[in-house]
Amino acid sequence: MSDAIRPLIVGAGPAGIRAAQTLVNAGVRPVVIDEAPSSGGQIYRQRLVPDERSAKDLYGSEAAKAIALHETFAQIRDRIDYLPGTLVWNLHDKAVDAVTGQRTRRIAFSHLILATGATDRVLPVPGWTLPGVFTLGGSQIALKSQGCAIGDKVVFLGSGPLLYVVAWQYVKAGANVAAVLDTAPFSAKFHLLRGLFAQPSVVLRGFRYAAELMAHGVAVRFGVQPARIDGTTRVEGIVWRERGKEHRLACDAVGYGFSLRSETQLADLAGCRFTFDTRDRAWRPERDGAGRTSVSGVYIAGDGAGIAGADAAELAGERAGLALLDDAGLPADHARIGVLERKLASIQHFRDILESAFPFPEAWATSIADDVTLCRCEEIAVGDARAAARDQGISELNRLKALTRVGMGRCQGRMCASAAVEVLASTCGRSPDAVGRLRAQPPVKPIPLEVAAEGEAA
Amino acid sequence: MALLKRLSRHELPLVPFTLNGEACSGRAGDTVLTAILTQSDRLRLSDFSGDPRAGFCQMGACQDCWVLTSDGGRVRACSTALKPEMSLRTITEPRS
Repeated sequence: MSDAIRPLIVGAGPAGIRAAQTLVNAGVRPVVIDEAPSSGGQIYRQRLVPDERSAKDLYGSEAAKAIALHETFAQIRDRIDYLPGTLVWNLHDKAVDAVTGQRTRRIAFSHLILATGATDRVLPVPGWTLPGVFTLGGSQIALKSQGCAIGDKVVFLGSGPLLYVVAWQYVKAGANVAAVLDTAPFSAKFHLLRGLFAQPSVVLRGFRYAAELMAHGVAVRFGVQPARIDGTTRVEGIVWRERGKEHRLACDAVGYGFSLRSETQLADLAGCRFTFDTRDRAWRPERDGAGRTSVSGVYIAGDGAGIAGADAAELAGERAGLALLDDAGLPADHARIGVLERKLASIQHFRDILESAFPFPEAWATSIADDVTLCRCEEIAVGDARAAARDQGISELNRLKALTRVGMGRCQGRMCASAAVEVLASTCGRSPDAVGRLRAQPPVKPIPLEVAAEGEAA
Repeated sequence: MALLKRLSRHELPLVPFTLNGEACSGRAGDTVLTAILTQSDRLRLSDFSGDPRAGFCQMGACQDCWVLTSDGGRVRACSTALKPEMSLRTITEPRS
């Protein structure tokens, strides 16, 4: 066992687990900190207690991968220092502050692998704060972890592969899905034919999901422009435009999202340099093909490093683990590195195709009405942000936050920043990369006011 | 009226708790969010406008599902496991 280094891994999803396994196999004992009570991340999330459903029921086509990942974690469990239910809320001077329940402690590290994952990228739609509206990821968690549908008659809306995956999982579980409203035009889906060469099984599965949804009587619509979600105290229906015509459907729940956005706050606190990813319309930490950031000893892997999905996360986690070993002067399998990098490059190529098939709704920023809530924590309207940009000459996101409180609430911009960027950029006639990005502030998520500090634990 | 609809896990042991003083029950393995939203359609009122909210992301990111406990604490409903005899209160007063 090597005592020379003490790596810390944040996140126990596919990237974090494969990174930990790689270090353990080399005789290194990492600390693994994860917010969730059990490992697996969001995609391979485990239930709080077992129930009658099988792995196949929960994870569908990805059941074998989920089982393999959970088994790997069980095997390395005794050879890592694992802190579940723990939030890393601050990071400086080669140590993190981590809170478990009411107790916070400082944990020093020699190397850091950030595998913090992603959340849904959401854009406000009139009515998006009504009870019964959830993100696509949230809708999936309700089903997978809790065995619940988000309502009796559900509509799914937005863009991205998750739209069809979640709708299909709902139908399979016996939920009533009334419609799938895809904001991308049908013509965008022809890009998937290119994807057939890159990742045939993934593309064919997507086609099968769409076909089975239609066979189950689910209305699948393309080129949808969401108009509003109706309701006074909860969802009562959804209204959209399609080829110039308005449509309304009664429903009591809406799950929606527009692909994903990376959780990058800790990389920011670590001092990593960021770069703008034009494909994902978002800033992400700069990294090399191995996951090395601009800060020596800090690595990043999985969707927190840029959206690429669970398969890429497993590969990137392992790749980052090998880079860490290499940098620490420990033996790393260079043949394996070559294999991982080839596989990752192939997935990146496929992600470009997926982005064309599920494009970002660029018209959103100019068409969204002034009175729609932009920041759901502080309840700031789209018009307030536009007014600040127009009347006070604001053209930078942190200035907008200081002036309007957009992004200043409890979620710290996780739910509104993607939209705020688009509104600000469109109002001042700039591109999204030219309005900057929200600076991360500790604590990166709310922590109990009464946390008790402990001494240094190394 | 309930927001969430249970599709499975019907046979798991009942977990008793109180919601705004009324006796309720959830199922073992429920989060606080699931336990409340399978009987009610809100978790809280928003801080400023007082509009009803019932969570959003269910993964601990949006911070829209905080509820009160009767001992004065707050819990994030989506990432807190339901425990027997929890006494929960949906937030009914806006902040301003």
